[in-house]
Amino acid sequence: MRIPLSWLREFAQVPAGATAEDVMADLVKVGFEEEAVHRPTDALRGPIVVGQVLSIVKEPQTNGKTINWCQVRVVPEGQQQSLTGDGIDPSGVQGIICGAHNFVEGDKVVVTLPGAVLPGDFHISARKTYGHLSAGMIASVRELGIGEDHDGILVLSRIGLDPEIGTDAMDLLGLYDQAAEINVTPDRGYAFSIRGVAREYAHATGTSFTDPASKVEAPAELAGGYTVKLNDDAPIYGKPGCDRFVARTVRGVDATKPTPPWMTSRLRLAGIRSISLPVDISNYVMLELGQPTHCYDLDKLSGDIVVRRAVAGEKITTLDEKVRTLDVEDLLITDGSGAIGIAGVMGGAATEVSDSTSNILVEAAHFDEVSIARSRRRHKLPSEASKRFERGVDWHVAGTAAQRVVDLLVELAGGTADEAGTDVGTAPETVTVELPAAFAAERIGIDFTQEQVVTSLEDLGAVVVVTDAGYTVTAPSWRNDLETKEDLSEEIARLVGYDQIPASLPVAPPGRGLTRTQQQRRRLVQALADAGLTEVLAYPFVSKAANDTFGVPVAGEPRKALKLANPISEEQGYLRTSILPGLIEVAKRNHSRGFRDLALFEAGLVFLPGDTLGTASIPPLGAKPGDEVLDGLYDGVPDQPLYVAAVLTGHDSPAAAGHAPRAWDWADALDIARIAGDVLGVDIVVSQGQHQAFHPGRTAQLALRTGTVLGYAGELHPKLLAAHDMPARSVALEFNADALFEAAADVIVARHISTYPVATQDVALVVPQDVPAEEVLTALREGAGELLEDVALFDVYAGKGIEDGKKSLAFSLRFRAGDRTLTADEASAARESAVAVAHERFGAVQR
Amino acid sequence: MTETLPGAGVPNPLDEAAITAAVDQAVAAIAAASTLDELKAVRLAHTGEKSALSLANREIGGLPKDQKAAAGKLMGASRGRVNKALADRTAELEAENDARILVEETVDVTAAPRRRRAGARHPLSTLQDRVADIFVGMGWEIAEGPEVESEWFNFDALNFKPDHPAREMQDTFFVEPPEAHLLMRTHTSPVQVRSMLERELPIYVLCPGKVFRTDELDATHTPVFHQFEGLAIDKKLSMADLRGTLEHFARQMFGDEAQIRLRPNYFPFTEPSAELDIWHPGAKGGPSWIEWGGCGMVNPNVLRAAGIDPDIYSGFAFGMGIERTLMFRNEVGDMRDMIEGDVRFSEHFGMEI
Repeated sequence: MRIPLSWLREFAQVPAGATAEDVMADLVKVGFEEEAVHRPTDALRGPIVVGQVLSIVKEPQTNGKTINWCQVRVVPEGQQQSLTGDGIDPSGVQGIICGAHNFVEGDKVVVTLPGAVLPGDFHISARKTYGHLSAGMIASVRELGIGEDHDGILVLSRIGLDPEIGTDAMDLLGLYDQAAEINVTPDRGYAFSIRGVAREYAHATGTSFTDPASKVEAPAELAGGYTVKLNDDAPIYGKPGCDRFVARTVRGVDATKPTPPWMTSRLRLAGIRSISLPVDISNYVMLELGQPTHCYDLDKLSGDIVVRRAVAGEKITTLDEKVRTLDVEDLLITDGSGAIGIAGVMGGAATEVSDSTSNILVEAAHFDEVSIARSRRRHKLPSEASKRFERGVDWHVAGTAAQRVVDLLVELAGGTADEAGTDVGTAPETVTVELPAAFAAERIGIDFTQEQVVTSLEDLGAVVVVTDAGYTVTAPSWRNDLETKEDLSEEIARLVGYDQIPASLPVAPPGRGLTRTQQQRRRLVQALADAGLTEVLAYPFVSKAANDTFGVPVAGEPRKALKLANPISEEQGYLRTSILPGLIEVAKRNHSRGFRDLALFEAGLVFLPGDTLGTASIPPLGAKPGDEVLDGLYDGVPDQPLYVAAVLTGHDSPAAAGHAPRAWDWADALDIARIAGDVLGVDIVVSQGQHQAFHPGRTAQLALRTGTVLGYAGELHPKLLAAHDMPARSVALEFNADALFEAAADVIVARHISTYPVATQDVALVVPQDVPAEEVLTALREGAGELLEDVALFDVYAGKGIEDGKKSLAFSLRFRAGDRTLTADEASAARESAVAVAHERFGAVQR
Repeated sequence: MTETLPGAGVPNPLDEAAITAAVDQAVAAIAAASTLDELKAVRLAHTGEKSALSLANREIGGLPKDQKAAAGKLMGASRGRVNKALADRTAELEAENDARILVEETVDVTAAPRRRRAGARHPLSTLQDRVADIFVGMGWEIAEGPEVESEWFNFDALNFKPDHPAREMQDTFFVEPPEAHLLMRTHTSPVQVRSMLERELPIYVLCPGKVFRTDELDATHTPVFHQFEGLAIDKKLSMADLRGTLEHFARQMFGDEAQIRLRPNYFPFTEPSAELDIWHPGAKGGPSWIEWGGCGMVNPNVLRAAGIDPDIYSGFAFGMGIERTLMFRNEVGDMRDMIEGDVRFSEHFGMEI
């Protein structure tokens, strides 16, 4: 909401020198955040005066254009030019070149004299042009920054002005005014008006306030006016869509009369464009009182006005010339011809006021918040009117607002008001709230006095009755947000001042620290960073193709994924089922910035929808749902495990003098997965794996000892890398971290450390080429028995001396007993039994 | 046999003068050798088989018996002198050599390559841990929840009326199909509701996490960002307790001088509600209050939604943006730096903030 200061001053005690910033600084104390300052003089500087065109000499140019060489009087005849400076003619008549042609000799215009500055930091000076010294400019509204009108020069008579020559045009056009723009929270519909903000300003500054509504003299009762019927047969939540409709008639208006500059200036500062006098008046009253009104061309209306819900298939052409199909829930204003407006949202084109309108029917109605909000959303028609109605408008101000529109139409458009008028509807029941005596003090922590409570609430406009138990409070009609004792407590605190709230530190009961999973996650993330990887946080939005590629191992199987109804980009319209697509994007971005040696990782949630998706209905607010309903809500939320992924491209370290960096390879991806297992104390079982995003021969499947698959690690598929414009041989890994956390032991049982001597035995086994080394190693471990302390693969060989299709795997076995020094025979026997198992399983023979 | 000796250079092993001369010559040559290689050549020339002393020594065999002893003694002593000189010089030269090798092995330590990288945490993630640690230190616990949520947890349970414009304050990503009532949480507040439903009273929890709004990415907005929200539900909590908690936290975060300010605001889930500002002495354009987050006393409807009796319990809640905190605490000028994953951004912070 933008508040022109001149307007605020009419009703509140704003100091003469106060700026928009000062006003905002006060309003922020009562809960209105500062948004912006709108001040024409920030971009506009005089001298800008009223001039009269004395003569125009038309001078055709070689380029085909004709320019005007004008003599413009800027000081009343017979008076001295009091301005001095370069280009100011002491005679009071300026010679000015002008390219526009929409004015004639004798017209009064706005002259920007040398020394003036126009929006866009455009400095006016006397300059030679077209063979003359042009000393100033005859301005258009566009050049003054007060309109978009391309029609050329602003001729003052056309906006109803005939000021004296030399008058300060900035003053005339309201350009010294300024507006404070504040943010109004959705609970305070009343503050979308000068009326509401002036009251709040008074609260903030402890000064007095005049209610603009009190300045309007509206008849207590109206009768005999246009027939209006409120006929809502389908109220939403049992509330009638319209519970008051005031209609007033003004005849004989001249709708073509210009809107006076004081009004256009305030509208402009408030952010509303001038349309026509009747529309401007309607908007002006809405801004002042918060009540939207509508002007109908009375002669275009036929039959009774009926406010009702739409019927299926009904259509309306709205003011913006669009044909809209209505929903049966839309509340309509109708006449004999059908719909003439979507109530509270937008009027219809057929009954719109136009230049030829002479009789006007003014509507000021009160509509149900929910009904308006739904229509506005349904038709995507946010308007100044709907904004106010869906937040709540003062039921009691409708008659006043209608009167104010009538008064302005009479005063400015030359109309005559009918005595008769219409006012139908029923006032809502007033809300009274019981506020227990100590409640506000206990909730806020300030020991409010009874006087503070009563004064604060009365200042808001509430009626307060002090009772034995506390206070009975009737909220003012414009505060539909004051329904509970908590609401009243906030108001008391707000008016007394939040800065009065003391500080006390509550002591929580003894806590249990981070949960096991939280600790595991921290350890994992920190370990990966410590291992040399850089953590990144990518968006979870991905394409369908990315999910289908990275989310499922087998090509061609579409991935079940969540789709967003309103994504930022349709291309990235799905939620990730894998971290890798995001990481690859980040890697590519880094490449494009010149960083090719990367080791990136991310730990984040992925979204894995099951068969149940959400719930068909949502329980109401303010009550705990039953257990079954709650279970339904819990079950409907898709599974979202924590995944960890990494992408490595290029080399492990920067190239440097005397150091050859090592290119990352598939084994690095595996290594990182194993570090993850190591730091959490979980064995990760590696086997040859297949995943469409990975190289078919260089991919490991990562699993738990139980067989649960955790993820994959290895070289990314060369085609995929090429398609993503990624360096060849880039490697990656991804695993389900939650599954890893769950597999960790609660307690790690210590192992006995033997200090007896070690006996090391090496063995080279020849096995078929396709036997995985890991499985041979497992066989050896199982066969060796408990004397085996460790076993490691130290060489893989195929070629000369080894039969085709076979390979030699060399293992080093470390034996040690816990209670004695092993003999060579004992170690050899253990080795032989290890080899025997490998032989039995894989036909392994010693080389 | 003597007649058959080649050349006249073979000294007689009884000729003391000649032998001494040969020894002196050898010792001089040994002393003159400046490298181990030269010394080796000298050794061959003066003690080798063809050397004068060796040849003279061999003559002893042909001497009459009575002369052999004298010649042997002379030659023994002479060869002893030469060998000692050789040994001494060898030791000297070896020592010199060892020293020279160490000197030659000198490197420019300033030209050392970096072979290992340290890696880096994302500062948002580090900051999130830091915040959690402060609250854990106060006895609070950390609660978490899903990022795709049921509309009920995100809105209705938090007292957002179905048709109220407040729902649109938070531009929401909805998940298809709309009938499923699923969305991406717009704040971490649904975790508060889950905490109230699942935990024993009293409750003191902090809920950090990722949240989503349909804003386009620019210098100050991002559709995905992080928040931390606090929730305390206990008997007789007031706004003074809220203020005290926030002040304590602000001082842990920004130092003992930190100041906060509360301003009236509106949130459906709190009543009263407040905007939280923090005094930022180092702000660009001079010291000023910076908007840090929102807070307030939990709306009784929120307690009711979790089955908590608002006549017995009251509570407060607060929420701040982690990006925003990082922006003013660590002077990050552009939101995009936190989002894009440029390695320079995280690596500059390393493991710290």
